[in-house]
Amino acid sequence: MTELLQLVLFGVVLGGIIALGAVGVSLIFGILRFANFAHGDMMTLGAYLALVVVGPLALPMYLAFPLALAATAAVVVAIDQVLFRRLRRTAPVILLISSFGVALILRSAIQLVWGPDNVVYSSAIQLPWRFAGLRIRPDHVTILAITLGLVALLHLFLQRTRMGKAMRAMSDDPDLARITGIDTERVVIWTWITGGALAAAAGIFLGMDTRLNPLLGWNVLLPVFAAALLGGIGKPYGAIAGGFVIGIATEVSTMFMAPVYKPAVAFALIVILLIIRPTGLMRGK
Amino acid sequence: MELGGLLTFLVFFLTLAGIYAVMSLGLNVQWGFSGQFNIGIAGFWAVGSYTAAILTTGPSAFHLGGFGLHFVVGLVVAGALSALLALLVGLLCLNLRTDYLAIATIGIGEIVRLALKNEDWLTNGVRGIPGIPRPFAEHGRDLQQLLFLGVVLLTIVIVYLALERARRAPWGRVQRAIRENEPATMAAGKNVLRYRLEAFVLGSAIMGVGGALYAHFVGFISPEAFDPLFTTFVVWVMLIAGGSGNNRGALLGAFLIWAVWSGTQFATAYLPVELTARAGALRVLLVGILLQVILLARPQGLLPEHRPRPIPARSKEPVRRRA
Repeated sequence: MTELLQLVLFGVVLGGIIALGAVGVSLIFGILRFANFAHGDMMTLGAYLALVVVGPLALPMYLAFPLALAATAAVVVAIDQVLFRRLRRTAPVILLISSFGVALILRSAIQLVWGPDNVVYSSAIQLPWRFAGLRIRPDHVTILAITLGLVALLHLFLQRTRMGKAMRAMSDDPDLARITGIDTERVVIWTWITGGALAAAAGIFLGMDTRLNPLLGWNVLLPVFAAALLGGIGKPYGAIAGGFVIGIATEVSTMFMAPVYKPAVAFALIVILLIIRPTGLMRGK
Repeated sequence: MELGGLLTFLVFFLTLAGIYAVMSLGLNVQWGFSGQFNIGIAGFWAVGSYTAAILTTGPSAFHLGGFGLHFVVGLVVAGALSALLALLVGLLCLNLRTDYLAIATIGIGEIVRLALKNEDWLTNGVRGIPGIPRPFAEHGRDLQQLLFLGVVLLTIVIVYLALERARRAPWGRVQRAIRENEPATMAAGKNVLRYRLEAFVLGSAIMGVGGALYAHFVGFISPEAFDPLFTTFVVWVMLIAGGSGNNRGALLGAFLIWAVWSGTQFATAYLPVELTARAGALRVLLVGILLQVILLARPQGLLPEHRPRPIPARSKEPVRRRA
C-alpha cells in the first residue's frame, strides 16, 4: 500500500509536468489545428534557458524561472512569425511537418550550444522528508505547488480576460470568431506565448526532477500528446486531467511491468482510448 | 589511387543513398499516395534490419540466431515481418485522423526501440548484433561492394516499377481519392479503411526491405545505430524535397538530400577544433533549416505530382472505365 501511495505521489508530480505541456499542445491544436511536434523541444529550450540564468549568470532559480518562461515564449513567437505564419494558409498538415523540422532544429541547436551531455541545475543533495512511510522530496513539493499555481493562473486567464475568452471562442469556431471582430493574429500570438511559457515551466521542472539533456523534452512528447488526446484535444481543462491520469498510470505501471517499458504506457493508453472513445474524455475535436 | 578512392566513395555513397531511396519510396506509398502520416519510420526500418540480422548470422550465445539463411530470404522475411507489424498497428490506428496517426506512429517507433534495447535474448540488447554477413563477400572487397550496390539498385528498380504500376492502376487512383476527399470516396462505395491499410502495410514492407539492406551494408546493428528521430526526419525531408506523390521525386529527393547531407560533412570539417564533437548537431540543424526553406519556397517538391493518365490499353479496345 505504501509503495502504491509512493508511486501515486511520483505520478502526481510527473502528471503535473505533463499537464503543463499538454495544455499548450491542446491550445495550439484548438486554435491552429495541428499537433505541434516541436512542443517537447520547446520544453527542453526552456530548461536550458533557465540553466543559463542559474549557471553562468549565477542568479537564483526563482529569478531564472520567470526569465526562462519569457525568453521561451519570445523564441516560440519568433518561430511562429518567421515560419508558421507563412505556412498557415496551406493545409494544417504542412504545419505539422514544419513543426517536426522545428523540433530537430531546436534540439540540434541546443546540442550545439550546450553539448550532448547531462547537466544539473544544482548538485546539492536534498534529503527527502519522511511522512507516514512515504519519501517526499522538497523539490517535488515546489514543483507541484508552482504547477497548481500556473494552472490557476491559466484558469483565470482563460475565463476572466478578454484575450482568454477570445482564445476559447476561436478554438470553438474560428470563422465565427473572425466575423465577430476578434483579431485572430493576436489570438495566435497569445496562444504561442501561453503554450511556450507553460512548456518552459514543464521543461524546467523535468530538469529539476532529473537531469537536463537535449532529449529531455522529446522523451516526454508522447505522454504529453497522450494527455492532450485523453482530455479531448482542443480542451485545455481536459488536458490537465489527462496529464495527471497519464502521470499516475505511468508511475503505477512499474508495479506490474518492467520499468524500462514505462514510456510505452502512454502509448497503450492512447490506443485504448482511441478505440473506446475517439473524441477523448471531454469530447474534444 | 586517388581515382580508386573516389570510386570507392561513390559506390559507398550510392549504396547508402539507394537504401534511403527505398525508404523514401515506402514513405511515398503511405504519405504521397494515401496521405497517411508516419513518424515511426525508424521502427519499421529497425524491424527489417534486425530480422535480416537474426536470420542470416551464424549461431551466437548472445541473441536469437544461428539460422545462417541466404540474404535474399532475409530481405523477404524482413519485408513480411515489417508488414505484419504495420498490419497490427494499422488495424488499431488507421481509423484515426492524420494528427492522431502521426502521434500513434511515434509510439510504435518508441516501443520497437525499447523492445530492441531490452529484450536481450532476441537482440543482444544495447550491445547489438555484429557480424551480419555481407553478400558476395567471397568475391573480395571491391567487387563485393559493387555487387551489393547492384542488389540495392535492383531493389529500387523493382520497387519503383511496381509502385508506378500501382500508382496508375485503379488502386492508386482510389488512394489519391481517399487522400483528397475521404467522405466522397466512401460515398463512391470504396472500403476506405481497407485501402488505407493496404497502403500502410505496403509502405512499411518496403521500409522493412530497406532496413534489411542497411543491416547487410553496415554489418553491425544496435539500437543506438538508429537515431530514430533523425532517420525518420531525413526520409521525410527526402520525400518532401523530391515531391511527395511522385515516385521519381522520391528517388531524386533521396539521392539529392543524401548528397547534401554528405556535403555538410565537408562543410563541418572547417569548424574550430573545440566544436568538431558537435558537428553532427550542426549538420542536423542545416538539414532542418533546408526543410523549412523547401516548405516555404516549393512545398510541392522538385518533381511535383502529376495526374496520371489511365494505362493505355494493349489491344485496340477502348479503355474500359473501371472503379
